[in-house]
Amino acid sequence: MTVALFVEQLMNGVQFGVTLFLMSAGLTLVFGIMNMINLTHGTIYMAGAFVAATVAHATGSFLLGLVSGVSGAALLGLGLEAVILRRFYARSHLDQVLVTFGLILVFSDLFRMIWGPVALSMPMPQALSGFVAIFPGVDYPVYRLVILLAGLAVAVALYFLVSHSRAGMWVRAGSSDRQTAQALGVNVRLLFGGVFAVGSAFAGLAGVMAAPLTAVQIGMGDPVLILALVVTVVGGVGSIRGAFLAALMIGIIDTFGRVLLPAALGSMLIFILMAVILALRPRGLFVVHG
Amino acid sequence: MGEPLLAVRNLVKRFGGVTATNHVSLDVLQGQTHALIGPNGAGKTTLISLLQGERQADEGVIHFNGVNITRCAAHQRAQLGLSRSFQITSVFIGLSVLENVVLAVQARSGHSFRFWEAASRAEELRAPALDTLRLIGLGDRAETVTSNLSYGELRQLELAMVIATRPRLLLLDEPMAGMGRQDGLRITSILRDLKQSFTILLVEHDMTAVFALADKVSVLVAGEVLASGAPSEIRADQRVRTAYLGSCG
Amino acid sequence: MDNAIASSNLGIENAANFRRLWPVCALLLLLALVPVISTLIGAPFLIRVFTRVITFAIAAVALNLVVGFGGLISMLHAGLFGIGAYVVGILAQHDFNNELLFHFLPGTSDLAIALPAAFIITMLASAIFGIISLRTSGAYFIMITLAFNQMLYYFFVSLQKYGGDDGLQVLSATTIAGFDSTSRIPFYYICLAILTFTLLFVSRLVESRFGLVLRASSQNERRVIAIGISPLRYKLVAFMISGAIAGLAGGLWTNGQQFVSPADMSWIRSGDFVLMAVLGGTSFVAGPVVGAAAFLLIEFTFALWTTYWQLPFGLLIVFVVVALKHGLVGAGRDALAKLRWKQHG
Repeated sequence: MTVALFVEQLMNGVQFGVTLFLMSAGLTLVFGIMNMINLTHGTIYMAGAFVAATVAHATGSFLLGLVSGVSGAALLGLGLEAVILRRFYARSHLDQVLVTFGLILVFSDLFRMIWGPVALSMPMPQALSGFVAIFPGVDYPVYRLVILLAGLAVAVALYFLVSHSRAGMWVRAGSSDRQTAQALGVNVRLLFGGVFAVGSAFAGLAGVMAAPLTAVQIGMGDPVLILALVVTVVGGVGSIRGAFLAALMIGIIDTFGRVLLPAALGSMLIFILMAVILALRPRGLFVVHG
Repeated sequence: MGEPLLAVRNLVKRFGGVTATNHVSLDVLQGQTHALIGPNGAGKTTLISLLQGERQADEGVIHFNGVNITRCAAHQRAQLGLSRSFQITSVFIGLSVLENVVLAVQARSGHSFRFWEAASRAEELRAPALDTLRLIGLGDRAETVTSNLSYGELRQLELAMVIATRPRLLLLDEPMAGMGRQDGLRITSILRDLKQSFTILLVEHDMTAVFALADKVSVLVAGEVLASGAPSEIRADQRVRTAYLGSCG
Repeated sequence: MDNAIASSNLGIENAANFRRLWPVCALLLLLALVPVISTLIGAPFLIRVFTRVITFAIAAVALNLVVGFGGLISMLHAGLFGIGAYVVGILAQHDFNNELLFHFLPGTSDLAIALPAAFIITMLASAIFGIISLRTSGAYFIMITLAFNQMLYYFFVSLQKYGGDDGLQVLSATTIAGFDSTSRIPFYYICLAILTFTLLFVSRLVESRFGLVLRASSQNERRVIAIGISPLRYKLVAFMISGAIAGLAGGLWTNGQQFVSPADMSWIRSGDFVLMAVLGGTSFVAGPVVGAAAFLLIEFTFALWTTYWQLPFGLLIVFVVVALKHGLVGAGRDALAKLRWKQHG
């Protein structure tokens, strides 16, 4: 493996990791704070991509597509939470798995009804379609570089928001003791809805960013959802820092694994890694106290 | 007399910055009923958890029946004869009363990898279970689903499970917690019977019960043993009075 | 005096047993009549449909051992089902091509060998996955089993030699201990027999000492440890038994369909199995049989109506989870109890 190839794959790995982080941030927050397993997260990722692709084609503007994709995803998440998922915070994980499973089926066919079975394409924004020499011998796609930086920026912003802001404090309080937080005047209902909406917005953003690079089709969210679950579990549920580090690690390892290893092993590598980490640390790398 | 059944030396447990158990040492002699009292937050339940094995101590040694059990897991200590009741009733709500006790009897009869014969109909499990239930006063409730029991009856069931494993030492964490007068008297009477056959380490707030049952009393304050001796000595001890009642007591 | 009480107690017990068991017996009897009825009405394809029902029912009953009685929500069972399915398929392919597996094992189309092989291999796989997953609990366990399921899925997709994404067809004529097992009706009764034995075994298991520990662990692990039992080893064995039976069901599936593909072991299928257990009622050993039948018949009916059948199906799932807390069997039982109450005034 040449240095140039190494650098290129490393960049790809980080970019993938950042996408995974955006997906798992929502998952880990919703699970860590509301103790809810949300399998519809993959559907929301998909919704972001579909809406963005449709709007971008209709208006010719990537930016409009981006905005509508993210807000569409956030609205979908908010809607699901308000209408159905809110009732499941106190119910068993089994019920949560089943209801989100049912919702996945519903939206899978709903999307097929609206957009048909053929995959959509999302046009890459003109301004970002070039290459840049980030390293001697490596001409890296500008678009991927931008996603990488944007994702990192979001990650840093989220980390500061959760750990150093007032809103973040409310979020953490609401998760450790709902009733006390409520007694102290925190509107827990609004808070949980907010967390859900923000998590969904991130998932939608991940979907929009990935759209120009892959096919926008039914089921595109599934593999990403699974990997996001792995990231959540490896990083430690409820920990943003854990999700970030685990996402980067998994993104990089997965990318290199697929390049260096035979097909069967490459696709299984991440899960084997997950198994090894869990064997040593059953609760993930970063356990959130309290 | 010889060796104490339970010998605790310099037990320490820290949670982050708080030292919940601070170099605690105590002995429980065979056949003795040793009561552990102290104000709220003194660390009594933590100590019981350390002895039972639910939590591992940071420092110190625990000897049980001559064996060093400091690094043993909780289920291993139970197999050695250490049985614990919880402050908040911990039984199997979805099983019948009989099944609860059958399980305890089953636990002491070797492994449970038997896949065919119905457990609650096996005579060698059913008979001792029913005997224990009758002893505790729940004989006629055997077939009832546990969720239908009153609070007092649930506490009784917990005691039944604790003794059904034929332990050598009972660790009872506030067996009378949350009880009204009637239920409390019933439990005290049961405990008085159990005193005859078991060694007991009892955490309790109900002072009437403590002084009626205990052969020895230790006072735990802020994770440390403040005083230890016969009930009458403890009652008269000025430091103990201060700890409970403040300096004006 | 005691003898009189004992025998009258036994009498009461027998009556209670009968009241509990007659629905299952009736159900099995009905299933046994399916080939007869469908031949009479000239709809032999129904035998195929109900073979699928029975195969899924076996897997769902096995899953319910850990879900309903062990409190472990496993999303790995489609993957385990798939392992068993592929064992049978791969052995058949090697037999058909007269090729040695791993350079020393001959293939076989004899189910009397292939099915036990599927059972054992899946049991071993369940042990490995179980050892890692069972150290976690609750939601972690769900997420980890889901991830492992996908690992298996991707693994079989990458096996180009065995069809990969396109799946593996069984080209040889499978037999079981001599006679032809591709023949629909005999195979149907083989599956029904296996379902019956599974139900019998699981219902004894649940009441046994092992089952008591398992059920208690799902309710209160702290207490189980406090009486001197380590729950982990019991959960692991339960998981192994459950997985092995699911693998066996997978082997039956491959033979019934004469085909196996990774789609049969996706995490969606895992969700389907969990759904079947819940639909039937997780507190009943035979609940998943009702659940599997309901699941497949509803899917079949909706698919006749619209190609977008997943939409009403998904909505139905949401409705069931929101409204029916004890599944269909529980709802049926409650309804019967209410009826009886009304009748007796």
